[in-house]
Amino acid sequence: MLKTFLIGIKDLRLAFRDRAALILMLAAPFVLTLGLGLVTGRFSNNSSGLSDIPVIIVNLDNEQLGNALADLFHSAELADLMEPTASSDPEAARQLIDQDKAAAVVIIPEGFTRSIIPAAGDRANLTTAAADPVKIEVYANPSRPTGAGIVKAIVDEFLSRVEENLISGSVSITQLLMSGRIPPDQVPTVIAHMSENLQTHTTDNALAIQMNSSTADGEAVKFDILAYLAPGMALMFLIYTVSYGGRSILAEKTQGTLPRLLISPTSPSQILGGKVFGIFLTGAAQMLILIGASSLFFQLKWGDLFGVVVLVLAAVFGATGWGMFITALARTPAQVGSVGSAIMLIFGIMGGSFISLDQMPAAVQAFSKITPNSWALDGFTTLALGGTLADLSTPILALLAMGMILFLVSVFMFGKKNLVQK
Amino acid sequence: MNSIVQVQHLAKNYGGFQAVKGVTFNIEEGEIFSLLGPNGAGKTTTISMLSTLYSPTSGDATIGGHSITTDPMAVRAVIGVVPQDLALYEDLTARENLIFWGQMYNLNGKSLTMRVDEVLEQIGLTDKARDRVKTYSGGMKRRVNIGVGLLHKPRVLFMDEPTVGIDPQSRRAILDTVKDLNQQGMTLLYTTHYMEEAEELSNRVGIIDHGELIAIGTQKELTQQVGQAETLILHVGENDDSEALAKALKGIQGVQQAEAVDHEVSIVCAEAEDILAAVVTKANERGIKIRSIDIREPNLEAVFLHLTGRALRD
Repeated sequence: MLKTFLIGIKDLRLAFRDRAALILMLAAPFVLTLGLGLVTGRFSNNSSGLSDIPVIIVNLDNEQLGNALADLFHSAELADLMEPTASSDPEAARQLIDQDKAAAVVIIPEGFTRSIIPAAGDRANLTTAAADPVKIEVYANPSRPTGAGIVKAIVDEFLSRVEENLISGSVSITQLLMSGRIPPDQVPTVIAHMSENLQTHTTDNALAIQMNSSTADGEAVKFDILAYLAPGMALMFLIYTVSYGGRSILAEKTQGTLPRLLISPTSPSQILGGKVFGIFLTGAAQMLILIGASSLFFQLKWGDLFGVVVLVLAAVFGATGWGMFITALARTPAQVGSVGSAIMLIFGIMGGSFISLDQMPAAVQAFSKITPNSWALDGFTTLALGGTLADLSTPILALLAMGMILFLVSVFMFGKKNLVQK
Repeated sequence: MNSIVQVQHLAKNYGGFQAVKGVTFNIEEGEIFSLLGPNGAGKTTTISMLSTLYSPTSGDATIGGHSITTDPMAVRAVIGVVPQDLALYEDLTARENLIFWGQMYNLNGKSLTMRVDEVLEQIGLTDKARDRVKTYSGGMKRRVNIGVGLLHKPRVLFMDEPTVGIDPQSRRAILDTVKDLNQQGMTLLYTTHYMEEAEELSNRVGIIDHGELIAIGTQKELTQQVGQAETLILHVGENDDSEALAKALKGIQGVQQAEAVDHEVSIVCAEAEDILAAVVTKANERGIKIRSIDIREPNLEAVFLHLTGRALRD
């Protein structure tokens, strides 16, 4: 274990002594973030980010949940961020988007509320009704990806809260029924009571979102475009860092230090573990330095600190898996370098580092799920919008699973390779 | 004397190619044993098997009583290895390299610091210890490469052609270091294709060619195999056909072997003075200008030539 740690520390030290690597690990993402910030006007005035995002709300539901979502966009807390207008014609609203008159249109279809909360006469069917809810449509403007992405994030947050309440209600009723705490004939009454609670809680979702969007002192937080760009750039160049780390495994073979390690009283698993740990450490150091630098120089607020740290570690873990996999595929350090650079760009584009995934075709969105960029960006956006570690379970689990699967596959592939002989 | 290294029928195949063909030899504790042979003879493969880097195809060896096939970890603690190619982190300083490698050999704390200081002193790099290795000359890098192998005070040190490609001054320093280490009681296995190094350093020499150990013994024992032969070295001009001259010289009575290497012709004979006039005449007949002539007593070069029919540098 100690030797694994020592090998990792040695690799971290070597990475930070390589000027060319430092330029790509730290300077490039920082400068690109700065450049994109300038292009988007982030530094042109005292505003800390986006404001007055034009959004059209088409509420065809006109019942509790639809009204709650529409009210959320009109709430005082989102007044600086959003500039909502109401419409009753979905097609006309879509045309306005096509004419670049707004960032997105949110279409709440008729029957949305009833697809989730049954009417009084049909309350016995609460669970079956929830199985096939009517879907809200967010029609996004591809030329305003950031604004559209924020609208989508707000709708997603609202829907996830509705779903959370619905699932907990269904589970509770089932458990009460099975444990005999309520007789079957009283189920409709309990459902009626819980439906009222659901409506109340969902209406309170506005409060939940308000709370998530506020700072500790109660000041409303504006979504900062850099909170999307900075992690996007950092994550893209994280792929460079992990491929650089993976390349060092093959480079050590070429320069003779790997054979020298193998003839020392150090086991192969300690050596491989140390190399993986070195990649992980270097990636984590890169991300934390970039986060620190953007906080210091751009006054960028990344959100909940604990959440940021855990998400960074998970993202680096997932990316490290990719670094190992690329290395296991390649035969020479040069191959790792070129494949790593290609994957860095592909993952950067497909993973949403440049353009919000909401603007991408469905196939690209599906592909993005294999990239650490996509999952981590999702997490960083959640944090920037006021989320906490508790809201990051999906991206974190996805990143950890990604890293673990790729690591196991890589170890298997390394086993087939002879890393000793030149 | 006790054999600290016992090699039994050690062989290594790569596909159909036999790199080492069942070599058997012992190394006594406290001696310098050289494996002498041309490039590609199997020296590095033999050391790689003994240092547990490669698994032998067949055969085995024990080092310090531990088998290289069944107890490689124990072998690694007994041996130190100085590889032929530099195996250092060039972006680390000499001190950082030594500390890291010392840690890999389970040294730590004050004992590590003290040992690193001792080794830096031993390799003469105390003043440059905080400079990155990439700023060093080739000779200085070689010295650090050796220092790494010495850190844990191994009982047996394997040195694989440590003087290849360095300046004469650094080479001299390395040879002196090898002698010092041996005087301190360390056993050394030294591979080289430089006959002079094997002669200067070794208690015993094993001559290896095409993966086979073709002779083994002290220098005296080996030279006795070629009788009382002497070697006449002719240095000829760059444009002269030394190979044709060597062929012609084989016809002179008293010449046992004649081989051309670069611009030299090596002639093995019983008495150099007896054939000298005939050699000069043959050269003149072919219009070859002899620039200088050396007469050497029987040496390992002659032994190799005698055993293989080829010069050591072929």
